[in-house]
Amino acid sequence: MKGNEAIAHAAIRYGADGYFGYPITPQSEVLETLEALMPWETTGMVVLQAESEVSSINMVYGGAATGKAVMTSSSSPGVSLMQEGISYLAASELPALIVNVMRGGPGLGTIHPSQSDYFQATKGGGHGDYHLIVLAPSTVQEMADFVALGFDLAFKYRTPSMILADGIVGQMMEKVVLPPQRPRRTAEQIKEQCPWAVTGREGSRKRNVVTSLELDSAVMEKNNERFQRTYREIEKNEVRYEARYTEDADYLIVAFGSIARICLKAIEDARKEGIKIGLVRPITLWPFPFDAIREAARNVKGILCVEINAGQMIEDVRLAVSDRVPVCHFGRMGGIVPNPQEVLDALKKDFINK
Amino acid sequence: MKDEIIIAGFGGQGVLSMGKILAYAALENNLEVTWMPSYGPEQRGGTANVTVILSDEPISSPVLDTYDTAVILNQQSLDKFEGKVKPGGVLIYDPYGIHRAPTRTDITVVSVDAMEATIEMGQAKSYNMILLGALLKMRPDVPVEAVVRGLKKALPERHHHLIPVNEAAIRRGMDLVK
Repeated sequence: MKGNEAIAHAAIRYGADGYFGYPITPQSEVLETLEALMPWETTGMVVLQAESEVSSINMVYGGAATGKAVMTSSSSPGVSLMQEGISYLAASELPALIVNVMRGGPGLGTIHPSQSDYFQATKGGGHGDYHLIVLAPSTVQEMADFVALGFDLAFKYRTPSMILADGIVGQMMEKVVLPPQRPRRTAEQIKEQCPWAVTGREGSRKRNVVTSLELDSAVMEKNNERFQRTYREIEKNEVRYEARYTEDADYLIVAFGSIARICLKAIEDARKEGIKIGLVRPITLWPFPFDAIREAARNVKGILCVEINAGQMIEDVRLAVSDRVPVCHFGRMGGIVPNPQEVLDALKKDFINK
Repeated sequence: MKDEIIIAGFGGQGVLSMGKILAYAALENNLEVTWMPSYGPEQRGGTANVTVILSDEPISSPVLDTYDTAVILNQQSLDKFEGKVKPGGVLIYDPYGIHRAPTRTDITVVSVDAMEATIEMGQAKSYNMILLGALLKMRPDVPVEAVVRGLKKALPERHHHLIPVNEAAIRRGMDLVK
């Protein structure tokens, strides 16, 4: 099935309580598949096409405030519209899952694949000091798997998480093993897991208030310190990456999402020519695998950061190696996807035949 | 075993569904498979293509620059992909509407009169299955039985009564390859 369809199936099977979204290419199949599967008749999951992305994200905020497992999905321009709501979710310490199947920007841009929302996803996006946990799937299988992972991490740390995919992995079809169906949590389980949730006060429980507003600066600073402690905790525990062929590599490619697979083919082709290239694929873009890249880069002559944007993740790669190793960028923009040969040519031009 | 296939033609000719049926057939045959469409506002009339990779090992890049096999349904696609078939590869095309035939000599070029056969059979919608038959003859990556099972998965149930017609078209396509 398609990556977008896998997201929809995985959401139902996770036992998600609600999906709120608005169609936009290249991820419209998420909403379309959910509507076709009609989970409200089986698990009781709510699926709603909202009137806009702004209302989608605020419906997510409302659902999340009650401790429900709720999500939305969109593509770049739609996710830009959601930024205010995402900042509010982060500030209110609400778990939620946001899926961005990126297309080329800026503006309405193109409907074709891109990775140009890396900065937006990993450096905040909305206003204020916050982070999202950002997962970058490279296969349809990971599109399915990261739904559960994204929700679990969001609930564990009370922070929104994002699946940052691109038009390639959203639109392509491949083999996928779906997780087993889990029941939706009961009202009691939600109360136990989310004692902060607004679930209707019964008896003597203290009143729960979910808000991002705090006019007392001293309290707001304390809130921010608490958020930052959570982020340090996530950085400590949740870094994920995949390393391939790094042991004997003379050069290193760093790439995420579907582009990492294009690079892997370039790397395998290069090995046939006797050029040893390794690959580090960050799976969590935030928290970023700084240590893994530093480690993999210890004996390499150069790092090529391949992204379909003008060079965004390259800033984190440079930070990882403190410019001790030359780092170059290769990418296409506007929805163009490079092929493995172009990647290999770029690496040769930058480091071998320079 | 690995077959990197491009199928290209006009939108509406069944390019994407042909790839999809092949992909499902490969799944039925326990192969690894990726299906990557050129998606976009390209409905009937525009160009459309799909990259299908079948392999008995995990597949890395779903995006390719050269192909083992090309199935070409119009002139624009022939111009675009003829040069991208690997030496020793296979190019299958329907000469209908082609005014500049393939010229490469380092690949196997197979001309299949699929449009003619479709008209003869009175089954315009099974046009793509004739070409799929030709593909399966040249590249027996999956048996026809797996394709029939693939059809069951790729087609909605209300179209399942058309499976015999499609199977006949596949076999006709196989026969068209000399």
